Amino acid sequence: MSAATLDMLKLLLGVGGILVLASSIGYVLKQRLSPDGSNGAIENLNARIKAWWAMVVLIAIAFVAGRVGVLLLFAFCSFAALREFITLINTRRGDHWAIAAAFFVVLPINYVLLWAEQYGIYSIFVPVYAFLLMPIIAVMRGDTRDFLLRIAEVQWALMICVFCASHVPALLTLQIPDYEGRNVLLIAFLVIVVQSSDVLQYVWGKLFGRTKIAPTLSPSKTVEGFIGGVASATLIGASLWWITPFTPSQAALMSFLITLMGFFGGLVMSAIKRDRGVKDWGHLIEGHGGLIDRLDSVVFSAPIFFHLTRYWWSLT
Amino acid sequence: MIRDLTAKLASIAIMMFARALTAARAIWHETGLPPKQSIYFANHSSHGDFVLIWAVLPPWLRERARPVAGAEYWLKSKLSAFIGRDVFDAVLIERDPAARTQDPVEQMTAVLNDGSSLILFPEGTRNQTEARLLPFKSGLYHLACRRPDVALVPVWINNLNRVMPKGEFVPIPLICTVTFGEPMHLKAQETKDEFIARAEAAMLALAPPSTEDDA
Repeated sequence: MSAATLDMLKLLLGVGGILVLASSIGYVLKQRLSPDGSNGAIENLNARIKAWWAMVVLIAIAFVAGRVGVLLLFAFCSFAALREFITLINTRRGDHWAIAAAFFVVLPINYVLLWAEQYGIYSIFVPVYAFLLMPIIAVMRGDTRDFLLRIAEVQWALMICVFCASHVPALLTLQIPDYEGRNVLLIAFLVIVVQSSDVLQYVWGKLFGRTKIAPTLSPSKTVEGFIGGVASATLIGASLWWITPFTPSQAALMSFLITLMGFFGGLVMSAIKRDRGVKDWGHLIEGHGGLIDRLDSVVFSAPIFFHLTRYWWSLT
Repeated sequence: MIRDLTAKLASIAIMMFARALTAARAIWHETGLPPKQSIYFANHSSHGDFVLIWAVLPPWLRERARPVAGAEYWLKSKLSAFIGRDVFDAVLIERDPAARTQDPVEQMTAVLNDGSSLILFPEGTRNQTEARLLPFKSGLYHLACRRPDVALVPVWINNLNRVMPKGEFVPIPLICTVTFGEPMHLKAQETKDEFIARAEAAMLALAPPSTEDDA
């Protein structure tokens, strides 16, 4: 067994242990406070924990399947996220071909380029080629009403759901000296830090939250939850330095940046939901809402984490 | 035998495709699932409408639900006839009164008498106008008179017209919902116009508030 596999196994055991603990707490809470299923908060907590099991199993399968598995998993995530996003934006008949191209041309090419490890073209494919070609496709239909608004929304959807999200599997293309064959652990590091930050912000907020941090955007987020969540997720990230190419203090700094980006990403995506008048992006994951509800913080932190790691550690 | 198997496989494939494209989700009325035998009546804006209703129904309701469709459209080619008749077991009715050999209401009543459910689109044709709903045809009323015991379930299909607008041949993936309303029955002494108005209102009540135009 290689060192990377061994580390992955240790991580999975750790995450599995935490989920067992979470499920037990959820079970005890249900028995004590909501035996008939009437307490909404507890039912939601248990639905979330169940969904976490499913997500962890899915990610573990993708990791076992290797590079192609991870790429397929994130290509699917991009597809489902784009579908949620496009459902909520203003589209007109005239956008039909542009949107079809986003789903069936841009998204697959973006991931094929990653699979082929063509970093140069991958890194500009959506921001340059799709950016210029999508409005050209849309303009062919001759419908000028709300034109800038419409093309900007489709553009944004692509950047967030496809380009930014694909920076998670893009971590596999980095070539870091003395870290060969272990890149998948960088994905695990990123996902664990972001998601534990989200969960811990929720837990700290539920336990000690008093002061709302952004009342107009997200009434459930509090200053106490933010500070507690970011601090504890940074500690978790630092303690995971052994799976990364970083020293413990570098891992802490990275985790801190990841959690900040994740937090603000969550706020940005909340602002869009508020504007569109919805509470969740969709219903894909029971207890969590849509896929974007779970992915928003990952999407914002992944490109920054990718580029910091690439700039300071990677040869490519 | 082979035809049945192909039809079964085709129905699974079509349903999986519809689900992948639309992540279709049923929103049931607070009174729960519709009765086993029902007449589902829905808004009609796309050829995929009945597929979506079919896809969100639980298997024990789905297996007895037969869509009502225009014969001239579904019998146009061998493939569409196979899909209409074998895959979806559609009740094909002749929409042009001059060409009719059978009374559509008789046909539909016979199907109900067999114990099946019906999926029908009382607007009679696909709505390609800006209006939310076209005026209903009277078939729903006549059906309700013949079988007053069968529940009529209003259904609103949301967003499918954006998935594949008229004249497009590539569908785009968008999330669709199928909302089921409270089952209704013909009231004693209710006139045709009163009943049709009530059915239209029941269906419109399920539509999401219109905030933007999806023209």
